[in-house]
Amino acid sequence: MKYIKFFLIGIYFGIVLTKAEVISWFRIQEMFHFNSIHMYGIIGSAIVVGATSVFFIKKFNLKSFGGENIRLISKEYHKGLLPGGIIFGLGWALTGACPGPMFALVGNGVQVMLVAILSAIAGTFVYGVVKDKLPG
Amino acid sequence: MEFFTQAWPWYISGPLLGLMVPLLLFITNKQFGVSSNFRHICAMFAPKSIGFFNYDWKKEIWNLVLILGTVAGAWVAHTYLNPTVGVGDDTYAILNQEGVKQFDGLAPADIFSWQGLFTLRGFIMIVIGGFLVGFGTRYANGCTSGHAIMGLSLLNVNSLIAVIGFFIGGLVMTYLILPYILALQI
Repeated sequence: MKYIKFFLIGIYFGIVLTKAEVISWFRIQEMFHFNSIHMYGIIGSAIVVGATSVFFIKKFNLKSFGGENIRLISKEYHKGLLPGGIIFGLGWALTGACPGPMFALVGNGVQVMLVAILSAIAGTFVYGVVKDKLPG
Repeated sequence: MEFFTQAWPWYISGPLLGLMVPLLLFITNKQFGVSSNFRHICAMFAPKSIGFFNYDWKKEIWNLVLILGTVAGAWVAHTYLNPTVGVGDDTYAILNQEGVKQFDGLAPADIFSWQGLFTLRGFIMIVIGGFLVGFGTRYANGCTSGHAIMGLSLLNVNSLIAVIGFFIGGLVMTYLILPYILALQI
């Protein structure tokens, strides 16, 4: 079944998010209060690893394990980047969780995050309805 | 084996998180990004008249499977890998002063619980907070995984703009608004 590898990668992601403490509301507050290097170190070193892998892929024209050319697509500029980012940031400081951690929190037994997920889906839905009236 | 039950320092967990980028690129030729799943879930149910949700969401099932795996992996870590949370004393002091009373676990239990949901404070933080996350990530076309990690791994300036937005929003909320919300006793 072709989806098994995605499930396994997801398991890895859920374990890392949990053990990294990234899913802790307290850690996110700590981040916004600049009280520790923890979250900045995690995000920064994650970017270093990710960027290094992209560098090698581009430099040596590396292929995927399936033999395909690896698709690297940078998201385009649009006017919603900043206002959307700000709106997300407002919510992130409230929930203490961005999308990945919301799901990891459910796995950690914080069932009420299911409501946050439903709310997020509702927020996405409202965006889809009103987007043409928004700048960008 | 002890490695798995100890607290992981950032210089271990950060690189492990960053590995999501090459894992997905090499094994599946997909780019890391979680918030689009909210869009795919909407697309499953939304009427075709809403253009934003009128696309073949079935091609993106892989990402939905990934977040299901995330739930499962988190459960494994929760059950077998002794997850910890260590937070700086300064943060505890600030939060305590602002009105947070419970510090065990991953989130303040008096807020992030079914009982907490039916307080005004909990409702705002869970429901409004979640709504802002869902709305904002689509408006920005990405979240911390898609923009901060994947986008910045691609050295994409547009993702940097989004990340700057994330922090502006987070700081405004944390310093200017959240203290009033945390103080709500109802």
